[in-house]
Amino acid sequence: MNRSDPWSGGPAEGAVWFDPPPRAAKVPGPPPSPARPPVALSVDGREVRVPAGATVLDACRVAGVETPTLCFHETLTPVNACRVCVVEVAGARTLVPACSRQAEAGMQVKTDTPRVRCSRKVVLELLASSVDLRIAPGMAETMARYGASPGRFGPPAPDAADRDAREAGHHHAPDGAAAETVAQPVKADNDCYVRDYSKCVLCYRCVEACGTDAQNTFAIAVAGRGFDARISTEWARPLTDSACVYCGNCVAVCPTGALMGKTEHDLRAAGAWDPERQTCTDTICPYCGVGCSLSLTVQDGRIVRAASPVGADITRGNLCIKGRFGWGHVQPGPRAGDAP
Amino acid sequence: MDLRLTGPPPSEVERAAVDGALATGGTGRDQLLPALHALQDRVGFVSEGGLRHVCERLRVPPAEAYGVASFYHLLALAPRPRTVVHVCDDLVCRAHGAEAAVAAVERACAGGPATVARSPCLGLCERAPAALILAAGASPCAEPVGAADARAVADAAARADSAAEAAPSRRARRLAKEKPGARLERVRRAAPQAGTPGLRLLARVGRVDPESVADWKASGGGEGLRKALALGPAGVVREVIASGLVGRGGAAFPAGKKWEAVAAAPAPRHLILNADESEPGTFKDRVLMEEDPFALLEGMTIAAYAAGCGRGYVYVRGEYPLARLRMERAAAAARKEGLLGPDVLGSGFSFEVEVRRGGGAYICGEETALMNSIEGKRGEPRQKPPFPTQAGLFGRPTVINNVETLAAVPWIVRDGGAAWARIGTKGSSGAKLFSVAGHVARPGVYEVEFGATLRQLLALAGGVPAGRSLRAVLLGGAAGSFVGPGDLDLPLTFEGTRAAGVGLGSGAVIVFDDSADLGDLLARVARFFRDESCGQCVPCRVGTVRQEEALARLRAGRPLGGREAEVALVRELGQAMHDASICGLGQTASSALESALSRLGAFSGGTP
Ligand SMILES: Cc1cc2nc3c(=O)[nH]c(=O)nc-3n(C[C@H](O)[C@H](O)[C@H](O)COP(=O)(O)O)c2cc1C
Ligand code: SF4
Ligand code: SF4
Ligand code: SF4
Ligand code: FES
Ligand code: FES
Repeated sequence: MNRSDPWSGGPAEGAVWFDPPPRAAKVPGPPPSPARPPVALSVDGREVRVPAGATVLDACRVAGVETPTLCFHETLTPVNACRVCVVEVAGARTLVPACSRQAEAGMQVKTDTPRVRCSRKVVLELLASSVDLRIAPGMAETMARYGASPGRFGPPAPDAADRDAREAGHHHAPDGAAAETVAQPVKADNDCYVRDYSKCVLCYRCVEACGTDAQNTFAIAVAGRGFDARISTEWARPLTDSACVYCGNCVAVCPTGALMGKTEHDLRAAGAWDPERQTCTDTICPYCGVGCSLSLTVQDGRIVRAASPVGADITRGNLCIKGRFGWGHVQPGPRAGDAP
Repeated sequence: MDLRLTGPPPSEVERAAVDGALATGGTGRDQLLPALHALQDRVGFVSEGGLRHVCERLRVPPAEAYGVASFYHLLALAPRPRTVVHVCDDLVCRAHGAEAAVAAVERACAGGPATVARSPCLGLCERAPAALILAAGASPCAEPVGAADARAVADAAARADSAAEAAPSRRARRLAKEKPGARLERVRRAAPQAGTPGLRLLARVGRVDPESVADWKASGGGEGLRKALALGPAGVVREVIASGLVGRGGAAFPAGKKWEAVAAAPAPRHLILNADESEPGTFKDRVLMEEDPFALLEGMTIAAYAAGCGRGYVYVRGEYPLARLRMERAAAAARKEGLLGPDVLGSGFSFEVEVRRGGGAYICGEETALMNSIEGKRGEPRQKPPFPTQAGLFGRPTVINNVETLAAVPWIVRDGGAAWARIGTKGSSGAKLFSVAGHVARPGVYEVEFGATLRQLLALAGGVPAGRSLRAVLLGGAAGSFVGPGDLDLPLTFEGTRAAGVGLGSGAVIVFDDSADLGDLLARVARFFRDESCGQCVPCRVGTVRQEEALARLRAGRPLGGREAEVALVRELGQAMHDASICGLGQTASSALESALSRLGAFSGGTP
């Protein structure tokens, strides 16, 4: 970047060296200041008050109304792309995404109208008919709750190997016999994590985590257009030829398992991934002085996954390559090039 | 952030092309699309080395630049012949044998230097079937042509291919060089009313040289601006609100109210002329830009003055080479005349205008997608609120108006808002342009006073060809609705169409006679939305795919679970797309199909 960047360019002129870096604009700011009066609105007929700046989703939660979300993530800027959280707001022509819409005084929000149920159901069906959601946590329950039946669109089409090469504005006309999907070969090009974009719902979370919301590495972005839009490095090159630093912060926020640590991926592929045999241990990363909180998932005496709690105030769920993947040295068994 | 640049380094030619494009505009992120265009124009595609150089110069992460480049269909990401004939196979051209034309042009170009690609509507519908030849090289060429004569297209492509190799000085001339007789014929074909007295929006079309400031002034040009500067910003807003002028881009929002909102927001503020006109069947904005560019700059300047905007952008779709050239030349000439620049007509008001070029993406006509496109991002619409009047281009309060909207402004300010309000009907004031095309004797852009019925408009355009009967009219383009022969007395006003459950949309009026294959047209509409969805939100990204699949089943007579179940599925899908999509594209992508089902009885028995 050509603007002054305290990390790469040393201290800006006149600054003391330990000045904290300016927060990136997209990092969620501090909680709304209590100085602004709270906002009163109604959710499904219940009056609720939320702090100024809160979203409709916050208001739904205060009202105790369960609202499905998929692309929304506490630490990331809302992109309101998935649309499973839509609600009806009195006076609005279309439904509005609860996750990003600011609550306004006097707003009348309804979350259980025929329009809301129809949209949530169809959106879930569109997702499940095009993406492999089998291991996405919570999706089966949400689908059942809305009576979604993705099979309505026909049997799923098989893997397509050409998704990375598709050109905007052109596609083969379908005959309707099968429902097009994003099924495609798995990308396993490095020792840390695997990208299985057959499971990708294009929620943009990984792009945000790799970008200004956390990592500022910008190794991945959305490429292509329409149904052929995809998460990609430049020219769909392998991660090893990209800017990726293997922090795994994208893996941490992926809601569907499309991005997954290689250890977990390989265990699942071998049919040996077994949550019943797993324990979770909270600890502090021993590598450096930052002291990131760690949650280690252990199965059969081996660390099979490392994560940091989203609520941990030092990490907000983020780690670096060492904390996330650098556990080979405490594992029994072979060590050379071992990822957890 | 450290940039990690990989892949081959740029060639000298690629480096020079990018550096040349960045020589004037600076090295901000907003120069990304211009730099990508420079590569496409010079080497015929965005090459790995070229993109690498763009990233290095603009400090843009390669993954993001690739994401942007792969968004636009006029940018190729793999080597291909430098000359491409983009043949339109969209709705109007289909009514004029586009499928046969594509096949014939492919045959005629075989063995020659050019390759053929299908294209959505090129905005050349009065010449349907139409094509656009784009040749990359030291002197890139762009030439719109009719595609009925495949041999002539192939010859023109071969000529363009060799001309593109020539020395750069010939570049500008190629486009503009046209004999006066041929020019007039082309203009009359696009606007058959050209020269008729009493026109307001098309008054200069075909009568005044669009490249001459003097001619424009001699025909009353600049009077509106002078009056505006005398009225003061608030006075201008008052007149425009009094005129009842509403936006012509589709949403019909009152123009004066928009300016008032921006004027009340903090500076700096921007203004955009939305000239992305990509709605199939719409070409009115092209005619205005090609034939009366100074009037558009005058409208922009008045709007900017009223809303307090210091910078203006003209975002012209990439398929409109002549319109862009005319706007660029007019802006340069206007600046020389003091009509633009730091001190507009000695008033102290400062306004600069820059012309930007789209990359081939219908969605970039959506106002917030357009802003992202100018900013060098993917053309993905933003969730509103916040509205552009609060946070628009570069996050600043922004006025964005359609070409036709601002074309009306000089007249309104000069003659007064009340005069405009007296024209038309109570709910729809003033004059309106319609792009009439398809199965009519005289397709073209027509100006009528609001209140004219569909029947009157079709009569102006000569009606359906002799011996044929009307089957359907698609109002508002692919995002619009079909009406049937029983709807001819529909008044083409905002209130009249609203009452009938349809809309004017972009003002496209596509006429089909009984030779049209409705199922084929619906399939083309579905394909269009599947191709043009930005891909951001699920209802539209996947919904447009499912809609196209369901339609294919219905057409093939193989509906899932029976015809009624399939139609119910289509309607439920349409409902969710309408309700839950982020922007107008997804919200209207099912409109044509649904109107065909309910108004034309499509798929009600046997074939559509
Ligand atoms: C998918 C889509 C495409 C659009 N394309 C155009 C366009 O090409 N030109 C245009 O003026 N407005 C277009 N619009 C409407 C703009 O978003 C916006 O409403 C308009 O430019 C405002 O100008 P107006 O108030 O003068 O109409 C489009 C909207 C959508 C949803
Ligand atoms: S591992 Fe880190 S650097 Fe690599 S793509 Fe994911 S977030 Fe970006
Ligand atoms: S890979 Fe995961 S995080 Fe990234 S867009 Fe796909 S589903 Fe979302
Ligand atoms: S409705 Fe379609 S075009 Fe609009 S934001 Fe959603 S995916 Fe993009
Ligand atoms: S969770 Fe709100 S749109 Fe995805
Ligand atoms: S140019 Fe072909 S439909 Fe408009």
